[in-house]
Amino acid sequence: MSEAANDDEVDSAGRVVVDLDGAISLLGRFPALSGLDLTVVDGEIVLLRGPNGAGKTTLLRLCAGLAPLSDGSGRVLDYDLVVRRDRRRLRRESGLLSHQTFLYEELTVEENLKFWAQANRVELDTIEPVLDRLDLAGRLRNVSISALSTGQRRRASLAVMVCRRPKLWLLDEPHAGLDQAGRDFVDDIVRHAVRFGATVMLASHDLDRSIDLATRVVQLAGGQVSGPSEASHVS
Amino acid sequence: MFHDAWIMARKDLRIEWVTRVATGQVLPFGALVLILFGLALNPDLVIVGAERRSILAQIAPGLFWITVLLASLLALGRSFAIEANDGNIDALKMAGLDPAGVFLGKAMAVAVQLLAIEVVLGFGAFVLYGTPLANVVMLFCAVILATVGVAAAGTLYAGIASGLRARDTLVPLLVLPILSPVLLAATLSTEVAIFGGSGGWSWVMLLGVFAVIYLGVGMLAFGPVMEET
Repeated sequence: MSEAANDDEVDSAGRVVVDLDGAISLLGRFPALSGLDLTVVDGEIVLLRGPNGAGKTTLLRLCAGLAPLSDGSGRVLDYDLVVRRDRRRLRRESGLLSHQTFLYEELTVEENLKFWAQANRVELDTIEPVLDRLDLAGRLRNVSISALSTGQRRRASLAVMVCRRPKLWLLDEPHAGLDQAGRDFVDDIVRHAVRFGATVMLASHDLDRSIDLATRVVQLAGGQVSGPSEASHVS
Repeated sequence: MFHDAWIMARKDLRIEWVTRVATGQVLPFGALVLILFGLALNPDLVIVGAERRSILAQIAPGLFWITVLLASLLALGRSFAIEANDGNIDALKMAGLDPAGVFLGKAMAVAVQLLAIEVVLGFGAFVLYGTPLANVVMLFCAVILATVGVAAAGTLYAGIASGLRARDTLVPLLVLPILSPVLLAATLSTEVAIFGGSGGWSWVMLLGVFAVIYLGVGMLAFGPVMEET
């Protein structure tokens, strides 16, 4: 990390994609986010750092339109997080890679991709190049998800995300369970997505690797941003 | 909506084809219940009007539909377990699928599985309990409409319970009371269909009304259900 960057400098870089002001998100009665302020602009790769329970996963789910905004205000991709219809539209334009695979274990890699492509109204023609690119086109294509290793499952989840081409990529521990080659591969996919106009927020405990990937680091603690954002080097 | 319903139904049936839960677990369970009824109940003859029937044959329609309802609980639980396992309900929301389409698709897949189970169980009931068959068309209509009603109401309530920790015990508690009118109408229409008599079509029409109501309510209510899951 070379220099500190304040919000104004970040804002001037492009269109605001995520704009949260005093965001509170309750999980049951527990405030997983407790008055969080954050601005993310187009093309950024923002690394969310913080201990377990800091609110990283909830922040990603909030930005995906899945976690509720209980208080405060928030706009993501110009959709108001308070408005239910907006949250539904936001979900279609954002992509979440989480601890869960979002895949049907009983179906093969190809069957999963076809289903999710149809569900997301993506042309089926896009599947083949994605399978090739994620090294799933060979024998893995017809293997059920339950028979894949953790890394292979993650690649299959990423394949669905690549097919969807979301504007906002929300990655929760994208390097978890991957070997060196797998981690390099994730980084390549993320950089490629950003080159084609996506914005990325990722939560990771793999700091060495993630800091190389990120253009900015945001520290979270207790459901809030706990310090000034730090600019990472531009990858 | 129909696109979403179609891909959901096709996916659920593909998973069933791969895992064979309905044929490997639900169907044997239903068959076992039918056999246990046969063992537990008195096979003596009773006089009904001018006819002499065995007690088992007389109560066969009720036993059949109770068995179908119990089997449907397993099929419904399975239908939502596949969505809960890997966070797929979130992925369905992210895909922006029409909740009414998701509901219809899941209900359609459950209905197809139940119909297949009912064909086998029905054949078993005819053999085990020695029931006659007076009106095939009425039986066919009653089975189709009752199955749609069971699948629709069951899918809605299994969806409501799917986000809860106690879902396995809650589904029967929620679904069985709601389905009691279907059980009554299905039993009475089946009774007329196999033994003959009057009033059977009224019960079939009532089953149609239940099916339409449950489908309509399910399509309207499944959006909030998915949001809260």
